[in-house]
Amino acid sequence: MQINAILQKCHDLIGQFVDFLQDFCAQFRTVHVDPLEQKWIKIALLIIALLVGIIAIDAFFHGINPPSKVETIDSARLHLSKEFAESNLGVQLDDKGAIVVRMVAGRYSFFPKHISVPAETKLTFRWVSMDVLHGVHIPMTNMSTMIVPGYVAEITTSFPKPGEYPVLCNEYCGLGHNHMWSNISVIAKEDWKAPANIIANKDANNG
Amino acid sequence: MDDAIERKLTISHFWVAFSAFILACFMGEYQVLERSGLISALDSPTVYFASVSTHGVLMGFVLTTFFIMGFGYYTATTSLKMPVWNPKLAWCGFWISLLGTVMAAIPLLTGKASVLYTFYLPIQAHVAFYFGAVLLVVGSWIWCGIMLVMFSQWKKAHPKQPVPLAMFATTANALLWLWTSVGVALEVLFQAIPLALGWIDTVDPGLARTLFAWTLHPIVYFWLIPAYIAFYVFVPKQAGGFLFSDEVARAAFIVLAVFGLPIGFHHLYMDPEQASGWKLLHGIGTFVVSLPTLVTGFTVIASLEIAGRLRGGKGLFGWIGSLPWTNSMVLAVILSLLMLILGGFGGVINASYAMNAMIHNTAWVPGHFHLIFAGTTVIMYFAIAYYLWPLLLRKPLFSNSMALIQLWTWFIGMSILTTPWHVLGLLGQPRRISSVVYNTLLTLAWKPYELAMIFGGLILLGSACLFIYNLVKTQLNAAPEEFTQQIEYAEPIHPVKTVPDYLNDFKLWNRVIAVLMAISFGVPILQFFFMDTFGSPAWGY
Repeated sequence: MQINAILQKCHDLIGQFVDFLQDFCAQFRTVHVDPLEQKWIKIALLIIALLVGIIAIDAFFHGINPPSKVETIDSARLHLSKEFAESNLGVQLDDKGAIVVRMVAGRYSFFPKHISVPAETKLTFRWVSMDVLHGVHIPMTNMSTMIVPGYVAEITTSFPKPGEYPVLCNEYCGLGHNHMWSNISVIAKEDWKAPANIIANKDANNG
Repeated sequence: MDDAIERKLTISHFWVAFSAFILACFMGEYQVLERSGLISALDSPTVYFASVSTHGVLMGFVLTTFFIMGFGYYTATTSLKMPVWNPKLAWCGFWISLLGTVMAAIPLLTGKASVLYTFYLPIQAHVAFYFGAVLLVVGSWIWCGIMLVMFSQWKKAHPKQPVPLAMFATTANALLWLWTSVGVALEVLFQAIPLALGWIDTVDPGLARTLFAWTLHPIVYFWLIPAYIAFYVFVPKQAGGFLFSDEVARAAFIVLAVFGLPIGFHHLYMDPEQASGWKLLHGIGTFVVSLPTLVTGFTVIASLEIAGRLRGGKGLFGWIGSLPWTNSMVLAVILSLLMLILGGFGGVINASYAMNAMIHNTAWVPGHFHLIFAGTTVIMYFAIAYYLWPLLLRKPLFSNSMALIQLWTWFIGMSILTTPWHVLGLLGQPRRISSVVYNTLLTLAWKPYELAMIFGGLILLGSACLFIYNLVKTQLNAAPEEFTQQIEYAEPIHPVKTVPDYLNDFKLWNRVIAVLMAISFGVPILQFFFMDTFGSPAWGY
């Protein structure tokens, strides 16, 4: 009995909604829209659909997304965490041989202050803040992310061109904000050697 | 109808708005100068960031809120032809907002609130700054209430009649602002103030940023809607023609209010605390909300074309030349649209999800919003002021030619300021730096653009001074014996006798907003209470 009552209720609600939609559409048909303006609205919708389509295809089929790994970490205890302890920072190889770069942002620099990475190689950056909000970008590359205290900002990218690049803080973090920067050397792939102190870190994903 | 009360109310709001504006203009020029490093004696991050914070608050919160409130009272009373409901309450709102402004200004100017107008928890400002911001918003909520009451009173007295377009759009803005301000209100009331008073030890900056993003996008539509109102209800008449379509204008304002709200995550594209699916959803909404702007562009240009042809313009483009370019409202709308087209292209890049990485938090971003806000929007605030000032004071404008020079120089100055700013962003310069100290060759390429910006800022400052001078001189003029000019709202080509209920009321749209907000912000906010999050203690700066 109860199920029937619920079904009846659902049926009524759907009926009401359909009535509402019909009424809505009927009312809208009475609106006067100039044929020229109708054409323009269609063109505008087409442009919007095209742009949204390109972005959605890139996101779903090519995996092109902004850094969005929702992963939390205690920013007040980074030095006690396994992953972001001082000895563990910088360029490392994980157990599959992929390069992971762990960086700590703190007023006013990025640590380690200088790193070397190979060009044309997939790099996974993991950024954390030890104090306030920061942001980081490496000009002329896709390496850009916000660094929010309490969260790990992970971004995977590669650098096509070897060279010396600055690493710049791009979010206001205090009066010394403009002094917050460090360096990264992008070395031709064939010349790059994994630093000797690199250890395979099996707990890469466990803070 | 004697509207002396409303005129006084409006002009009081306008004077607060434009006083904040001129003060902030001087700070803007100081900032480009300081940042360039041209005069080393000026170099001081302490003063610079106090100035940037004050400039942002004055322009983004004080100029806009007071201008919108004043404009709303006058639009309501003149378009509905009824007195402002409960003027005492309106004055109460004015004084609350003014008290809030002063309360926030003191810590800002003394360097006790250099947290920028975006707050940036866990960096902490003096608690008076947060209380001031709250009072400013509370005062504006009173305005929203009065607008909604007047809207429904008029509807009750005129059943089945379409609400005048100017008031319809103003009410849309009041509703939009009520929804918009909730995000930042939650952040300030539950995070910033308790932290500043020591009631809580930590806050979650991820949650703070999410709540701020709720406010950060629709607030720009709150600022923009008065400009659009002028586009639709003043420009066609001033140009000597008719409004192309009244009903489509209503639909455009509804779409702005409804879709302007649930899309704030395009400010968080590069943030780690929200997942990519939510960002993509908000990104798609961001593109949807470009529709009313594209439609507005069409309607305004079509209205101008009608006017140009009525004035004897011939041929495909001949109507442009025959427009009354010496009418400040018409000149302003042309310049405003030019800046909107350029700024719109930049906006598409910002909105484009992962592509945002190219320009995120670079100098491109302030370049973009100065072009769209200080350009497109504020130039229409000028035009509205030039149009309303004589009506409010019952005195003719001091000088129309000075107004035209002022509008042209604002446009030229804004072009010279924002073009290099965009280029600097593409060259990798971060925003919000007080000087360039990076020891890298890249910075050599930045120098000429920074110098060009000083020049652009100087032109803008001169233009702003001309604007204020013109208004003050008008106010000080002797009142003429007879002043007959009345406010004129544009007539649509096809007069509207009836419109569907959905284009004449906001009850349905209010529910649609509630559903869209629940969808786009529900889970992203609730996640913080189900995840294992770690708060941050308060930090100085």
